[in-house]
Parts: sequence; structure tokens; C-alpha cells
Amino acid sequence: MSELHQLRCRECGKTWGNAPRSFCEECFSPLEIFYDYSALKKTVRRDRLASRSFTMWRYAELLPLPEGFRAPNAAGGTPLVAARKLGARWGLTNLHLKNDAVCFPSLSFKDRVVGTALAAARRFGFETVGCSSTGNLANAVAAQSAQQGFDACVFIPADLEPAKILNTAVYGARIVRINGNYDHVNRLCAQIADRFHWGLVNVNLRPYYAEGSKTHGYEIAEQLGWRLPDNVVVPMAGGSLITKIAKAFRELVEFGWVEAKPVKFFGAQATGCSPISTAVRRHLARFEPQKPDTIARSLAIGNPADGPYAIKLIRESGGWADDVSDPEIVAGIKVLAETEGIFAETAGGVTIGVAQKLIRDGRILPNDLTVLSITGNGLKTTDAIVAEYPVTEAIAPRLDAFEAYLDRQLGTPAATAAVASRS
Amino acid sequence: MHVTIEIPTAFRRFTDGAPKIDCAATTIAEALSHLTSRFPDLSKHVRDDSGQIRQFLNVYLNEEDIRFLGGESCALHEGDRVLLVPSIAGG
Repeated sequence: MSELHQLRCRECGKTWGNAPRSFCEECFSPLEIFYDYSALKKTVRRDRLASRSFTMWRYAELLPLPEGFRAPNAAGGTPLVAARKLGARWGLTNLHLKNDAVCFPSLSFKDRVVGTALAAARRFGFETVGCSSTGNLANAVAAQSAQQGFDACVFIPADLEPAKILNTAVYGARIVRINGNYDHVNRLCAQIADRFHWGLVNVNLRPYYAEGSKTHGYEIAEQLGWRLPDNVVVPMAGGSLITKIAKAFRELVEFGWVEAKPVKFFGAQATGCSPISTAVRRHLARFEPQKPDTIARSLAIGNPADGPYAIKLIRESGGWADDVSDPEIVAGIKVLAETEGIFAETAGGVTIGVAQKLIRDGRILPNDLTVLSITGNGLKTTDAIVAEYPVTEAIAPRLDAFEAYLDRQLGTPAATAAVASRS
Repeated sequence: MHVTIEIPTAFRRFTDGAPKIDCAATTIAEALSHLTSRFPDLSKHVRDDSGQIRQFLNVYLNEEDIRFLGGESCALHEGDRVLLVPSIAGG
């Protein structure tokens, strides 16, 4: 192939060059980007990264970007946090959090996929871009479209969290609310992509979009000192992210940038929308779609496009998948905030809750090098936890009022005096 | 029951360009059977070697995925629309 990347069918292997299409027109299975690894190996070098900014674009040669591409923003490059307090609470010695809750510009890992999708949209000449979204993707499409000069039109379930709608509207995007769940929105978008010449990032641009997720995996390996973890725990909605982290790790091994090692992939879902984890737990050949009913709205996809591939990866890696209830999700958000100072959205609560289960069940061992993917910011889903924190009383701006307040809080004046005497 | 099967663009090369066809059927299975007998080249894209609807083909009755309606044995009513989506994306 003249370019070092092109579309290839994940089932029949037929190649399709580069075009805005997401499925094979021979066998109607999904397409993904395939790279000419033997040619890439001759040109890419790990030591070249040292002089580049720590953003997702430092891995440009490993992404499906057009010739002459220039980084449009500082997406990616998020912290890998050594989670000592959370690890200690769980009895783990080597726990890390990949924190995409602070991804630029819209505070979720979706900034990565939109980065590569809009590069493809520009290349294919689209002026209007859009997506079907549970919220985070709409935020990312709206923000980056505003900056890069695309018209954005996003499709969302009508009852999405108000913060996620506002965080899309502020960028000037057109928002089309659909009476239905995400899977209804997604089906409509398949029909829209069939009818309109628009670049729908997770429909006809999906193969390019999905590759952006690999940078989450590249960064984990680089931030670990160019080595792979023993385990990763990843939240699953459509199931794409977990498969792309695996692809990133495979590529780094292929390039000789990290040593090969077995990595176990663990998938996390909410019990109220758990088609993938249910299939894994019940050893089903195919997942069964579900009607989502969970506070983890960003994971509420009942018919996950990459479900079959996520299931296969999890099984072949020796990993597992599990799911947690809404109260466990809230508990997960709180424990992450209270131990590591990271406020994650509900999907983060899912990852934390499932990780805790995996540790309890002995699937993740105390001394394993384990990375948990935190993919979105808690400021977007405050409605999920607001009931946990009732409004507190207000007091007069006087010292005696504060002392009286402490008396009420601590029970006795003696307890207040003891607090006051502490340095 | 007279129902309409809506054909996505990608499948129209097998249907002589027809964007939809009308047929008489009482279940989804019958409707699909009608479709594939009229356009035999479409058969292998609708069902796999074991006769199941292909893994990546999504079939909807009006607004609903047929997997929520009991699968391809679900009953059709006069005027129903059957929609085929070759490979669902999103996520």
C-alpha cells in the first residue's frame, strides 16, 4: 500500500484503502485500520519521542493521520498516578491510575478518539461532523469542532445528564435529542450516515476514531518506563477502548519498544448495562443486548459494537469481566476521591468497583502491576452523587458561632477544646 | 401481513437498487426468507453457515431490535417496517 495504513476487514481480511466507511462491503463485518508494520518499523524510533510534547500526538506515526498532519491541540498526555493510598486500602503494592478525567480539552478519553476522527474528517473533505453519544463524545466533538472549524451536529438520548448537554451546547454545536436510549440513537445515526454526506466520527469514521484510543495504551507503557503492566481494568461501553489498549501494547512489542509479556485485560460494566460482562461471566458464545438501566450513563450501550472483540480479548488474555450495582458505583467514586483526590464520573466508579471485586476474588494479585483506566470527569455526573452530600448548615462569621458549630458536630465542648489545642 | 423491508445502501447492489421491498409475511423469519429468495445473492450476508442471522447484522422491527422481541420468530403486523443495519457502529 502507498500509505502505511489502510482499512481492513476484521473478519474476511479484505483491504479498502482509506475512505469514510466502517464496514466491509464484501462481508459486512467491521473494518479497522491495518498498518504496514514492516515498513513502519524501519521509520519509527522510540528515542525520537523524547523531544516531543507529552500529548497523544507524540505517537503520530502510529496513528492513521494524513500526510502533512499538524497537531491541532494538546489532547492526551494525561497523568499515570501511583495510587498508594487506594492500593494500601486494597492490599495492593503496585496500583496505578491512568487519569483521563483530566484529558484536554473536554475531560474524557473521548478527546483522543475525536482527535484522530477529525483528522480523517478533514482529509475526506467533510464540513459537518457528528456522532451518536452518551455525553462525553458529544462534548469532545463539540469542543474540537469549534476549534478546528467544523459544523458539529450531535445526537444524544433525550434524558442525558444536564451537565453533559450543557458541556456540548456551550461550544455552539447543534444538539439533536432523541426520544430513546443510546442504541436507538446509534441506529438512527447508521441511517443518517447512509443518507447524508456527514462525517459521523463513530459511524463512518469509526475505524479512524477508534485508533485514537491506542494512545491511552501507549502512554501507560511509556509512563511505566516502557514496560507493560500485568493487568489493566477498563470500563466498557461499546467495548472499543479495551481492544485498542491491547492493540497499542501489541504494536509496542512489535516495534521492540517494550518487552513482550502477558497482560490480562479486565472489563468493567455496570450491572444495569452489562452485555459484555454477562457474556464473559456466563461463558456465552455471543452477547445478548440489554436495555440499559444504570446511573453509569456513559457506559449505557446495550448493543456494543465491539462486544464480540472485547469478549474474545478478555478470554484469550486470561482476564475477566464483571459488573457492579449503582450503589457500588457511587461507593467507587467516593473511595477514589477520598484516597487519591481524583473525582471520576460514574464510569470511574464502575472501574473502581469492579477492580475491588477482582481483587477480592483473587483475579488480581497483591503484587501485580495493575493499571485502572479512569476515563471521564466527575464534574459531568454530579447528579449521580448529589444525594450523598446534603447541604450543610450555614453559621455566622464569628468565632463563638464556629465553636458552637464544633460543639454540635463533635458532641461536647471538651471535644472542641481538644481540637483547638492541636497544632 | 403486508410489511416493508428497508434495504440499506450497502445491500442495494443485491436488490437491483431497490431501497425497500414490500412482502407478505407473518414473522421476521418469513420476511427474511422472502427477501433472500427474491435476491439470492443476499442470502450469505443475512445468515451464516449455521443458518443464524449473521453476528454483525442487526434486524429491527419498527423501532426495536428483534432480539428484544423474541428473535426472528416474532410476529409481524400489517404495515410493519423491517430495517436491516449491516454492522452497527457507535460507542
